[in-house]
Amino acid sequence: MSGGFAAGRVAAMLLRYLYVLRSSWPRALELLYWSVVQMVLWGFTSQFLMTNSSYVARAAGVLLAAVILWDVLFRSQLGVSISFLEELWSRNLGHLFVTPLRPYEWVISLLAMSLIRVTISVVPAALLAIPLYHYSIFTLGLPLLAFFTLLLVMGWALGLMVDALLLRHGLGAESLGWAIAFFLSPLSAVYYPVAVLPHWLQYVAYMLPSAHVFEGMRAVMFDRVFRLDHFIAAMVLDLFYILLGAVVFLYAFRGARRRGALLQMGE
Amino acid sequence: MMCRVSHPVIHVSALTKRFGETLAVDAVDFDVPAGATAALLGGNGAGKTTTLSMLLGLLLPTAGQISIFGEDMLRHRYRVLPRMNFSSPYVDLPHRLTVRQNLVVYGRLYGIAHLGERIATLAEDLQIAQFLDTPTGKLSAGQRTRVALAKGLLNAPALLLLDEPTASLDPDTGDWVRTYLERYRRSSGATILLASHNMAEVERLCSDVMMMRRGRIVDRGSPRELIERYGRETLEEVFLHIARSGEIGARVAAQ
Repeated sequence: MSGGFAAGRVAAMLLRYLYVLRSSWPRALELLYWSVVQMVLWGFTSQFLMTNSSYVARAAGVLLAAVILWDVLFRSQLGVSISFLEELWSRNLGHLFVTPLRPYEWVISLLAMSLIRVTISVVPAALLAIPLYHYSIFTLGLPLLAFFTLLLVMGWALGLMVDALLLRHGLGAESLGWAIAFFLSPLSAVYYPVAVLPHWLQYVAYMLPSAHVFEGMRAVMFDRVFRLDHFIAAMVLDLFYILLGAVVFLYAFRGARRRGALLQMGE
Repeated sequence: MMCRVSHPVIHVSALTKRFGETLAVDAVDFDVPAGATAALLGGNGAGKTTTLSMLLGLLLPTAGQISIFGEDMLRHRYRVLPRMNFSSPYVDLPHRLTVRQNLVVYGRLYGIAHLGERIATLAEDLQIAQFLDTPTGKLSAGQRTRVALAKGLLNAPALLLLDEPTASLDPDTGDWVRTYLERYRRSSGATILLASHNMAEVERLCSDVMMMRRGRIVDRGSPRELIERYGRETLEEVFLHIARSGEIGARVAAQ
């Protein structure tokens, strides 16, 4: 009981978040809703641009693939932050951290819940694109798995950093949880090549794993080439950011214990 | 009746908490022996909840030491946490989850074997069986207090910390909770430390009272000893005397 990591405690926290999700069908529906709406919107846009844009005409589905993969990043970050916010909204931290639950076990449960939310959100939208627009993102093959994983991990890192800010500043920083991924979207070059950005901004963009992923995705779709350089760069950056996110989160958690915020934090 | 024994369940030494310029807890020392029901008694801002939070590990002290069950709480809190628990009307359980779901989640966090049976037993003891499947947020204050107590007793703690356990309850429910706590302590041999400013509660439940004022323990003893020492009729009068007296700290220090 007093030993280290316990999968049972991670499972308990996961169960807690699944109970919340199950308790409200509008919440579960909301997970599907935005992904599907985005996909439908960009599906029609793609159909229009197929006949009006040589860029899109070169690879049918490039915009749809981009929107679906972008959603992986966005939902992954949001998944970590929303589950975290659940504890603040319910003022539950004071109970959680008098149990043997370790902060890192909590973090693992937040990440696992994020994966579940991404799956619920993105997979149906990807499947729906097949009958609606005759485009299957699964035709990307194995690279899809790489892109998915890289974006998922980047979302986790962002989510942990947002959670650290929430631990520091309380619910006053809640809007960051919803907005931070959008702030990074222009630099991630989701719908256009990085080369479109001003030269100096391209260096900034390439500090994000997402920019490498979307460049890599376009290379697969346009040139049928899996760019190992982008893959490795994204992987190294992901590793750096997820470690940074974990360290910042645990530091913020300790700060919250120093300030007594675990008992007070909430609505 | 006094609490300085060789192996106290709680041993606190020079415990201090400072928030910026504010000294919330000022070099407090105390022991609580096994099987006792002790109270931290004081007005608002006296440092009761801050002290409890440090004992629970939710708040890091600025200085001092806490030993619980002989373990250094600041270094080895995870050796101790499975044997203790906490209940407070000011710290909610998730409202969206049903009572049963909350108890299942917390039961699993404590790694309790035969959890279903444990929940059923507690539900019967605490009379919460009829609303086990009701969302916690839809319960009345009294029902919520009993559920919080069920959460606090899930792991049959050998040390139970309570922050104002009967705050905002009607007298009948408050009395019911106090009776239950007395029974639990007697049957389990558990140690209970509660923070309160409810004099009747403290007088009834506690064998040892630590009077807090401005972050310091300014006096301690059994309720009867305190009443006699100050020549008062009730613990409430003692409390009011201490709360309003600026000299008491100096008097105690001089003693």
